[in-house]
Formats: sequence, C-alpha cells, structure tokens
Amino acid sequence: MREITYAEAVREAMCEELRRDENVFFMGEDIGVYGGAFGVSKGMLREFGAQRIRETPISETAFVGAGVGAALMGMRPIVELMFSDFISVCIDQIINQAAKLRFLFGGAVSVPMVLRTAAGGGTGAAAQHSQSLESLYTNIPGLKVVAPSTPYDAKGLLKSAIRDNNPVIFLEQKTLYRVKGAVPEAEYTLPLGLADIKRAGGDVSLITYGRMVQMCLDTAEKLAADGIDAEVLDLRSLSPLDADAILRSVKKTRRAVIVHEAAAFSGFGAEVAARIASDESLFCLKAPIKRVGAHYCPIPFSPALEGKVFPTPERIEAAVRECL
Amino acid sequence: MNEPTQARTDRAFLERLMEYMMLVRKFEEAVFSLFQQGKLHGTTHLCVGEEATGVGSVFALEPQDCILSTHRGHGQVLAKGVSAKDAMAEMLGREAGTNRGRGGSMHIADVSVNAFGVGGVIGASCPIACGVALSFKMRGEKDRVAAVFFGDGSSNEGAVHEAMNLAAAWRLPVLFLCTNNGYGMSTPLEKVVNDTDLTKRGQPYGIRSTEADGNDVLAVFEAVAEARAYILKEERPALVVEHTYRTSGHSKSDGNQYRTEEEIAHWLSVNPVARFAKVLLADGFSEADIAAIDARASAAIAEATAYAEACPYPEASPRDLEAETYSD
Repeated sequence: MREITYAEAVREAMCEELRRDENVFFMGEDIGVYGGAFGVSKGMLREFGAQRIRETPISETAFVGAGVGAALMGMRPIVELMFSDFISVCIDQIINQAAKLRFLFGGAVSVPMVLRTAAGGGTGAAAQHSQSLESLYTNIPGLKVVAPSTPYDAKGLLKSAIRDNNPVIFLEQKTLYRVKGAVPEAEYTLPLGLADIKRAGGDVSLITYGRMVQMCLDTAEKLAADGIDAEVLDLRSLSPLDADAILRSVKKTRRAVIVHEAAAFSGFGAEVAARIASDESLFCLKAPIKRVGAHYCPIPFSPALEGKVFPTPERIEAAVRECL
Repeated sequence: MNEPTQARTDRAFLERLMEYMMLVRKFEEAVFSLFQQGKLHGTTHLCVGEEATGVGSVFALEPQDCILSTHRGHGQVLAKGVSAKDAMAEMLGREAGTNRGRGGSMHIADVSVNAFGVGGVIGASCPIACGVALSFKMRGEKDRVAAVFFGDGSSNEGAVHEAMNLAAAWRLPVLFLCTNNGYGMSTPLEKVVNDTDLTKRGQPYGIRSTEADGNDVLAVFEAVAEARAYILKEERPALVVEHTYRTSGHSKSDGNQYRTEEEIAHWLSVNPVARFAKVLLADGFSEADIAAIDARASAAIAEATAYAEACPYPEASPRDLEAETYSD
C-alpha cells in the first residue's frame, strides 16, 4: 500500500469531503497560498478557490464564531486553529456556543463543525505553543474530541468528523505531520468513538493516544526483548470514549499504564483510571493503575529541558516494570 | 415590510406595530407578575422601556432574515414571530416551550421563524451572525441579512469588534443593532468608555453607522429598514445604534441603587408605548382604537400565560438529556 504523511492524509480527507459536499468549506489563518502553518492545506486554494478556502484575519473569536453560525445554517465548516493553545482566545465560542446551542434550542439545530488544530509539544516552541489541552474539551458536554496517531487514522477519522453533525475538536499532533504511514487510495472512513489495538499483548495495557502511541509501541518492542508482552491501545477518540475497549484490554492483561503527553495531574488519564477503578475489572488488576504524563509545569523552551517534561520511553518502561 | 416612506401612512401596519409593542410590554409584565407569585424559576431580563428597539428593528426585517437576540431578547423574538404561548411556556420551563424548557428566558429561539436566541454571553452572538451571513453569501441568498442585537455594555467586548472587522473585510450581510440603554447592568456607559458615541464602534471598520431615537418606534423602523436596504445594495454590513432606556431592573434581583427615581420617572414618561399612542392619536386613531389594540394584546398574553401554566414540565431523564446533547 502507498505511504503518505499525516499532513497529506489530513489534506486528502479535507479535499475529498470538499469535493463530495458543497456545504463543506475551510477557513483559518494563512491556509491559502502559504498552505497553513504546517503545510497541511498546500494546493487547496488552487483547487477550490478563495470562497471555500477562506483566509481569515488573526481573529479567532470571529472566525470560530463564524464557523458556529455557518454550521447552524447547515454549512459544514472546517476551521483551523493554528495552534491548539490559541483556544484561550476563542474558548467562549467553543464552550458556550458550539457545544451548547443544540441542547439550548431543544434539539432544533445542530452544529456540524470541525475545529482542526495542531496540538502537543516536542518542537521547541515553548509554553504557549506546545500544550495538550484535551481535558479542557472533554469536560464540555456537546463536543467530540479526536486525537489520531497515524496517517490512516487521521484521514478516516477526519472524514467522519466532517460528516458528523456535532462540533468535533480534531487534535492533530504537530510532530506527526511529517510521519509517513500506509493509507489506501480507495475511500474509507473510520467511526468516531472506537479505540484501536495498535499492538496486541497479554501482560500489560498501555492505554494512550496521539503522539505517545508511537512511543508506547517503541517501548513495547523493547519490553518484548525482556519477555514482557505489552498491549498498546490507541484511544483515537477521547469523546466519545471507547470505555469497553479499555475494560476489555485491562481484563485481559490485568495491568494498566495510561500514557499521555498532557500533564498527568487532572489529565485525561484520570478519567481512564476512574473508568477502570469503577468497573469490576478493578478486582482483576494485579497492580495499581499507573499514569505517565507531563510534569506539572509549563513546557520549557530549552532542548535541555523540554524532553525532561514529557513522558519518555524510560518513564513508560519504569511504570510498566512497577506493575509487574 | 421595508418601505419606510409608506409605513407612516399604512394604517394596518401602524396598528400591528402598536399591537406588538403592547404584546411585548404585557409579556414582560406577565413575566414579572409570575416571578412575584413565585411561579417562575431562575432569572430573567425584562425589556420594559425598550420595546421600540426590538419591535421597530424586527419589523424592518423580512421573514427570511435571521435575528440573533440578546439576553434581554423577549421583545426581539416576539416581534420576529415567536408565539407568545411558546415563549411563555419556555419562561416557565415547560416541554411545550420554544426550547423545550432547556433554554429559558435568555435563549428563546424558534428557527422556524429564523429567531436564533443565542445571547447568554454578551457580544458572542456577533461572530455567530457573521457565520450566518457567510452562509447567505456562499449560497447566493441575496435577499437575506443576519441581524444581531447587542448592547452598549457589549460594545466593549472583543467579540463585537472582531465580528465587525470580519463582516466588513468579507462584506457580509450583517446588520449590527446596538441597543444603547445607557447601562451595562448597573454601570453607566460614560463611566467605562472615553467616548459615548457608539456609532464610532463601526466607523473604524468601514461600517456605515447610523443612530435612531430608540424610543420612537417609527424612527427605529426607518433607520433599520434603510440600513437593511444599504446592506443588500452595497453588500456591506451596517450598524444602527438605538438609544433607549430600560425602566425595568437589570434582572429580578435589581434594587435600582445605581440610578435615581427621578431618572426612571422621566423615562417612564417618554416610554415608547405611550409615545407611539400619541403618534397614532395624532394620525387619526381614536382612544377606542388604541384601547381595542391594548385589549387584544392583553388577551393574547393572558391566554399565553394560562396556556403555559397548564403545560406539563419536561419528563426527560438524565440519560435522555445526555442523548439529546448530541445530534445523530
């Protein structure tokens, strides 16, 4: 099968949906000639024109809000927020408007909007361009939250997100944009809310998503050399959450290590841990549930410091060994 | 109905305008009375004294136009054609309410008449109006505007300014309607801005900005009709600032400590319903004609209130509520 990058997979998903449905359009900062801050939308302006590939002022409240309004009228906007950290300047439109209007209006409307945004660190971009803020979104009823880890998942999930009748926060991992993976030429979609076992194993469940999936897979290979058979469960979608997949995996391996790039404290892993702990699968655990996340500080700039804050293969391995 | 020059001589139109002003006034009085009787839950923001802004503005729009109302929006949505019965049922949290009891006073919405009751967070409706207008533009719907209400208080919100810039830059058919009642809750406008001329909010963005006496319903109607025509002709947004006064409190908890009784008394004396009655009397309507309009409005609100009180509360379970949070 052909291989394309994560960025190309995202672009293909958008282009296919733009061709398929005239209600789909795309807006954001510098997405035209420049091709987006990460080159995701390169060439799209040429194919679809400036009406459907709309370059916005640096004015996130205005264009995220405009996405909400257009979605209310039955359009299907894809809105790009250049860095996920910038949710801070348009959060009202996401939390109080996009997520609420369907419910507030007694179900009379829907908000079929996708907010695509580059999340995560590892790029030396410091504290305001490196965060993983998914827990801000997952605690808001009305939003769906997706965080794909491979080009294949990114394409299939984004196509579903665009067709979904709800606001979907689509967290792209900026360090993954150049990573290649197998993506079929034929059209496909992947349902939101379905986790994926990226590596089957019997001794411990590494429950993760986003950039940490590959780190968990690498760690699993290393552990395999020592005869430890780790399963890597990629959640892919945080809301809706595939809790059944988590519980199935944990019942099988009887050990759970949750890994994410966001700060461990009050991070999404707390929800995963609570799901396990409030289920009967708690009784089959052979060890306490472990969480591996970023340390509780802003992401530092210096290359000598940044790597120390995020989870590392060593920290994941150590957490696994503590469970054995 | 946006032929301003003919409006002043169209008796049926003038009568309908008065009926809606009275309907709004009586709706608000009924809501206040329900509160005093302990029958109404939560809070509400009444627009007593501001009737001409909501009614006059909306009467200058066409049915296909969308409105995005404010937290003080009862008059705006009633004028747009939301039924008083459904709106009152919403006020009382009933399943038959416009929003099935999910939204309440600040969110009364009926998309079948293009009333989008967005406004719990002030100013936030303005960017959304840009998106509504963008959908008209992209679909080539050339006889439609998105009219968004906001107040003098929200005129300092970033969302309003960002929306004005976007609407102007993209030449969107957005009609910005600023209800300037002089106070952001209890804070007088002059205390929080350097310049109280709110038409200057639109001017830097190249938005044509006009103003009207917001207690003169015909002046409001004419200014808004004219702005709507400008938007469609020039394919640019417009701003109309309507100067008025809220004689009711900010919300049910308002003790009116921030303004004098004399000030309120003055504005009660120039309230838009009474003022318009004088216009009608000078225009050939009799006292009996006006009493008849008043009686019709009273009967409609009495009927709406009785209906709403008889409607059952929603029975949705927590699981149902979770399910309806998302669209299929």
